[in-house]
Amino acid sequence: MQKEKRPIDLNNKVITIRGLKKSFDELDILRGVDLDLHQSENLVVLGRSGTGKSVLIKIISGLLKPDEGYVNVLGQEVAKISGRELDRLRMKIGFSFQNSALYDSMTVRENLEFPLVRNVRNMTRGQTDKLVENVLDAVGLLRAINQMPSELSGGQRKRIGIARTLILKPEIMLYDEPTAGLDPITSMDINNLINEVQERFNTSSIIITHDLTCARATGDRIVMLLEGQFQYQGTFEEIFRNDDPRVKAFYNYNFTD
Amino acid sequence: MGIKKEDTGKNTVDRYVLSKRMDRMFLELSNVYAFVMRFFKEAFLPPYEFREIIKQCYEVGVKSLPLISLTGFIIGIVFTNQSRPSLTEFGAASWLPSLISIAIVRALAPLVTAIIAAGRVSSNIGAELGSMKVTEQIDAMEVSATNPFKFLVVTRVLATTLMIPTLMMYTIFVALMGAYVNVNQNEQTSFITYFIQVFDAISFLDIFSSVIKSFVFGFTVGIVGCYKGYHSNKGTEGVGKAANSAVVTAMFLIFIEELLALQIITALR
Repeated sequence: MQKEKRPIDLNNKVITIRGLKKSFDELDILRGVDLDLHQSENLVVLGRSGTGKSVLIKIISGLLKPDEGYVNVLGQEVAKISGRELDRLRMKIGFSFQNSALYDSMTVRENLEFPLVRNVRNMTRGQTDKLVENVLDAVGLLRAINQMPSELSGGQRKRIGIARTLILKPEIMLYDEPTAGLDPITSMDINNLINEVQERFNTSSIIITHDLTCARATGDRIVMLLEGQFQYQGTFEEIFRNDDPRVKAFYNYNFTD
Repeated sequence: MGIKKEDTGKNTVDRYVLSKRMDRMFLELSNVYAFVMRFFKEAFLPPYEFREIIKQCYEVGVKSLPLISLTGFIIGIVFTNQSRPSLTEFGAASWLPSLISIAIVRALAPLVTAIIAAGRVSSNIGAELGSMKVTEQIDAMEVSATNPFKFLVVTRVLATTLMIPTLMMYTIFVALMGAYVNVNQNEQTSFITYFIQVFDAISFLDIFSSVIKSFVFGFTVGIVGCYKGYHSNKGTEGVGKAANSAVVTAMFLIFIEELLALQIITALR
């Protein structure tokens, strides 16, 4: 299912990346990446496993440090700000992990409260409960509020993971392989949720995936990471009209299997 | 100091300052030093995670009670039983309570408590943190603007440092009670006579040194478990290795510390 076109404010960039390089030991993962994310845009980063897609969003959120290059998020250069400023910036960034990364020892309610009680001062118990319930309602899992993560299915865990990031009302969402390991129906539910989050919370998002159905359903714009650099960008149709055999192979593998 | 790689044209070859094993050992030592220093830095800076510290104290302290109770009681009985023949041979069976109290207070209780904690708590912390690391839960904490080191490491190390001396005192009590049961059955010594002899034999230095030793053992159990778990990798295999390595390393360090403490206390005495 193709995503409906939404107006994107091209003059308002929330993330700007220039000449980003990152290597591990002797292996060059990112070799000069340039990227802009605009306000209210869903940007999909497509690429094969091991090409550095997750590394890119970990650098954006300050989990990894770049070897070279400039990464500006909401007007702040991530590598140069202090720890306290980075924490304040992180409150504006939601990060949805590939395996959801829910805290196993806590209930769903405690998982959602965790970032809230540590970062928002002067909230009453009633206000915290209401916010948790609202966010769970937004992802359609209010009934799971007292369950443990081990009692949830893969799709439910993804939804709770997204809910946990939404609790701090982020301006930017980073999704790491949101549909990995899910069946097609649950994947479509997650794709719809990503679009709902964009509309309801007015977020700008980077969606890391190798799932073309997810890319087509959620992306306003798609960039393709090949050999450590963004080689192609455009809409889904523009990307796959390309004659590059690497792009063709990617398309054929996803849609002819 | 790092392990350098040299490009020979065809292949990259590892170059070491000393040898592969020595370089890794020094790198590991420098990482441990940085980890311990970070603990002391973070422990004194707000925010203080009091709720989590109390929760961890419960995990370390209360949940260890059944095992500590059983082990302490049995040690008291067995040690008394095994010591009796030698003392009886020299006609000194009446010295049994004194001998038992010295052995339990000075050496057995701190060591047994620490070894049990290394097996139960250190491995548990290693596995828990290791699993959190490989499932990106630690990263998730970091991106939600929470300091995972403070929340996970500082709280657990403080809990073990505080609870192991407390458990050690409890072990002393339980082991002495076990010994009393045995002494009472064999020598018909009364409860009051037994405990008068027990307390006559030990000094303030005995109790004080055991408490200080237990603080050190508690810190060791916590920091080793946290270090191994926090630095685990290689997926689920790494979690198992972290838990196993936490127990082995903690026990090894506890015995070394016991040996050093013995030298210091003997000099003080």
